[in-house]
Amino acid sequence: MISGRTGPTNDGSNPVMHDRTIAELARALADGEVSSVELTRGFLDRIEARNPDSNSFITITREQALAEAEVADAGRAAGRAGALTGVPIAHKDIFCTDGVRTSCGSRMLDNFEAPYDATVVRNMREAGLVMLGKTNMDEFAMGSSNETSYYGPVNNPWDPRRVPGGSSGGSAAAVAARLAPGATGTDTGGSIRQPAAMCGLTGLKPTYGRVSRFGMVAFASSLDQGGPLARTAEDCALMLGAMAGFDPNDSTSIDRPVDDYAGALDGVSLQGLKVGLPKEYFGEGMSEGVRGVVDGVAERLRELGAEPVEISLAHTDLSVPAYYVVAPAEASSNLSRFDGVRYGYRCEEAKNILDLYERSRGEGFGAEVKRRIMVGTYALSAGYFDAYYLKAQKIRQLISEDFRKAFEQVDVILGPTSPTTAFPIGERSDDPVAMYMSDVYTIAVNLAGLPALSMPAGFADGLPVGVQLIGNHFDEGRLLGVAHQYQQATDHHRQVPAGVND
Amino acid sequence: MSLSPDEVRRIAHLARLSVADDEVAANANDLSNILDLVDRMNAVDTSGVTPMAHPQNATQRLRPDVVTEPDQRERYQRLAPAVERGLYLVPRVVE
Repeated sequence: MISGRTGPTNDGSNPVMHDRTIAELARALADGEVSSVELTRGFLDRIEARNPDSNSFITITREQALAEAEVADAGRAAGRAGALTGVPIAHKDIFCTDGVRTSCGSRMLDNFEAPYDATVVRNMREAGLVMLGKTNMDEFAMGSSNETSYYGPVNNPWDPRRVPGGSSGGSAAAVAARLAPGATGTDTGGSIRQPAAMCGLTGLKPTYGRVSRFGMVAFASSLDQGGPLARTAEDCALMLGAMAGFDPNDSTSIDRPVDDYAGALDGVSLQGLKVGLPKEYFGEGMSEGVRGVVDGVAERLRELGAEPVEISLAHTDLSVPAYYVVAPAEASSNLSRFDGVRYGYRCEEAKNILDLYERSRGEGFGAEVKRRIMVGTYALSAGYFDAYYLKAQKIRQLISEDFRKAFEQVDVILGPTSPTTAFPIGERSDDPVAMYMSDVYTIAVNLAGLPALSMPAGFADGLPVGVQLIGNHFDEGRLLGVAHQYQQATDHHRQVPAGVND
Repeated sequence: MSLSPDEVRRIAHLARLSVADDEVAANANDLSNILDLVDRMNAVDTSGVTPMAHPQNATQRLRPDVVTEPDQRERYQRLAPAVERGLYLVPRVVE
């Protein structure tokens, strides 16, 4: 249900603090309209009042947040303030936070207080951002609905009977419910973009290697990438600027300067922009409501000066099958570290070491995580490597070549983010394959290591629809700029779920 | 592709996962469905295609072979379920 349009105002009236974007909050802090402590306390009070219904937070870090806010205010008073100093945000509970529980949505890590900060967490703290808490997520980021979380499902603010998407479902629901102006997420097969679409937000999955994976609990290391979820492209640009950068602690981090994403937004023009429309993305499978909205975005971009071009990504239908080899294979390897010995869950009264391993893992992991570990174990087991893993890596090459050829013709690619709007809680939880198909439009991007964002594009039956913009490697600036220009001309991103401002 | 209950038990053992007897059939069904999905890969001939190693063909970076990690044994061992005198405790392995 949509309750109306708020957000950035042009008429001089100021919206309440919790309804402002990161850019607006940064200005309010810079102008002395509010202190970081006041702002942080306001968001914490909202979270504590509303989280029992929302379940978007696993851990609320009130004392630490207020202490960080005091540091931010003191820094500003002393003339040391960056663009984001004092703005509160939330972190997906997959990012290690020194001394704070980092559960990854799993019973396995329910008792785990990370002994160090993820690079993303450290970078954002150094930029002066204040952490409100840790958001709910599918267990080990394996899911598309937040329903595999050990801490239970999360309600979508647009309709509490529906999922927020996943795996970054808590981050998306928290931002949509105005419990935080922005939140971090991670995207292995769509886990930032799909929940952004289902919650009416803007979310960006950066180029593989742009954002450090150090301290981000590993799911599939060749696919995982952290990124921002916020209401506007401008806010995503501000957050990405703080998150991104070379990190010697991540062996796949790319040593390349970080663009001034926020500063470049106004310089991006839609005039003559070649927008590829992959015919494979507009075939069957997309719901009619989503199709109408995506067609509408293509038409609006044309009116704004862009040139839609039909293209082909011929191997699109192989992306989900290849992904469900690569991701589980890497997961089965990554999750072998959870052994009940050094940290995490340990079963009671193990009879011997094998019993300790098997029951600690059997009891500590949920059903979906166990399924994926077993798929990966099978794919990597003796005699099957060529038929599964090698085959999948070859298909990855074909998918990547499709994109390479497409970007010789076009500047960005436009399509749906998700084939449907948010679905009811429980609808797909008993059918893993049906759930996997939720990510049919997002997975190829991860296989090819490309950046992509989802932005709000309208509504179908009262639920938000997102469209996806895919860019060439390291073209985050252009994606954000295109989305920003679109958002200057439209107001889909300014809609507010009913009840959020009550 | 249809996995038998015995194959599910074998995979679970390889993965060091306990699976209750009453979960084996459901797992066999789910895993078989997932492998059916995966088998759609066979629709394309990939002979002669180079498997992808990295999206940007980047190679692994090397760093100088110097000590970078400080000793944090006590901090890390506080996270462990059972330690004694700096050692992680597990059930007896050697009789």
